[in-house]
Amino acid sequence: MVAYLLITLVKCLVVLLILLTAVAYIQLAERKIVGRMQSRVGPTRVGPFGLLQPAADAIKFILKEDVTPDGAHKFLYVLAPMLAVVLALLSITVIPVGPIVHLFGITTALQITDINVGLLFILGVTSLGVYGVVLAGWSSNSKYSLLGSLRGGSQMISYELALGLALVGPVMLAGTLSLRGIVEAQAHLHWFIVPQIVAFAVYLTAAFAETNRVPFDLPDAEGELGAGYHTEYSAMKFAMFFLAEYVNMITVSCVATLVFFGGWMGPLFGPALLRALLPVLYFVAKVCCFLFLYIWVRGTLPRFRYDQLMGFGWKVMIPLALANVMVTGLVVALH
Amino acid sequence: MQLALFLVFALVAVAGGVNLLLQRHPIYSALSLVTVMGALAVEYLLLGAEFIAFIQIIVYAGAIMVLFVFVIMVLNAGEVAAPPKSRVAAFLGLPLLTALALLLLTQFTGSIGGAGLALGDPRVGPAEVGDALFHRYLLPFEVTSVLFLVGILGAVVLAARPHRPRPAAGQAPEALAENPAAAAARR
Repeated sequence: MVAYLLITLVKCLVVLLILLTAVAYIQLAERKIVGRMQSRVGPTRVGPFGLLQPAADAIKFILKEDVTPDGAHKFLYVLAPMLAVVLALLSITVIPVGPIVHLFGITTALQITDINVGLLFILGVTSLGVYGVVLAGWSSNSKYSLLGSLRGGSQMISYELALGLALVGPVMLAGTLSLRGIVEAQAHLHWFIVPQIVAFAVYLTAAFAETNRVPFDLPDAEGELGAGYHTEYSAMKFAMFFLAEYVNMITVSCVATLVFFGGWMGPLFGPALLRALLPVLYFVAKVCCFLFLYIWVRGTLPRFRYDQLMGFGWKVMIPLALANVMVTGLVVALH
Repeated sequence: MQLALFLVFALVAVAGGVNLLLQRHPIYSALSLVTVMGALAVEYLLLGAEFIAFIQIIVYAGAIMVLFVFVIMVLNAGEVAAPPKSRVAAFLGLPLLTALALLLLTQFTGSIGGAGLALGDPRVGPAEVGDALFHRYLLPFEVTSVLFLVGILGAVVLAARPHRPRPAAGQAPEALAENPAAAAARR
């Protein structure tokens, strides 16, 4: 029991550390890559190639004045960013990054906890993520925040349906809701991207909308709403929303990798050490591809109009996802 | 360990329920209800019903209560004044509450003990729930889904605006498209 708690604690700390560093450098990578796409160089001043920029940003976040607007609902105003960050971090706990390993005489899975209904857990936590956005906008006592959070809330509720339905197809093929089980069902390069290409397209689009990223970034449309639901937030409270957004990006990329691209599966070769490391490397590489896609899309696509967004979500994505569920169900039943 | 967790979350659920009644502001009441649902989900988990627990979170906390919060925000509902104190409630409230609690306590402790359910029982996964729904309870399940469909249709008909002359050009094309529910409402 004590050993179990200890191992879990160590895993949590390691995951948290990796995650925070990853968020800092994804953000730097984003600024660099988008900069290149717009014929700029991006940040270069702090450290070699601007590599210490995230540290400088962190110090700035901590030292900034923490403002609470007049007439804000104080309790909810403080609660909202915490909720956003906690829920974002919570969903990462069930993500497996590699197979079961034997290390220093301990046999453990490369994930914080393996639950039977891992995918449902992630969907549940994502569905609660709306509260962070909605409460932030409402409690700030600002019209821009309120409009941003209303947009964000309705967008997230609408696309959540498509997101969940898109994942039903792969779950039917794998016959389990456990993320580890889904990956193991894709052994020998039987990746679900091939039979479930429609589901993948729907999932990817809905994931962009769930994380409020371009082209679905209406909740924080700079041109019309200031900064949307986090307009009134400053210093570390703003940093928390920022952190939550990027952690959510990592989570949906991980889920896409696990469910459609075989997770850590890939050809194994070389000496024992390399064999042990390769699965994790495959996983990280696949996730990085998705993160690059996020940044690429941000540098490329314009924003949707609100009625287009809703029409697309309800009239295209959900019917497509439902059709995919029906066809997959028929095929699975006939086999 | 499991009993301790059960007690903690049972307390959280009851506290959330009481807070729901005591709060003056609808948003805080709605959020207390979310807390109750979260605590209930943990109790389901402790009973080994993982599937039900997460469905509880997704459907109730994640969808239904979000809509509640949404409506409160859109209507911009403010604090509500305390309802006038009823004399009947003051005299009968506490005795009736005690009686109800006693009734529930005696009834349910008996039935739970009889069914042999206990904390930390074997897990009930999605497969078992699906099996029960689509074999044993197939007819009630399908009838309920028809009921939901009727509810949805009713909501669409109620929400559809009454027929007005066609708006001038410049309106978004989606709004002009013929929509079956609106047509039904017009008839």
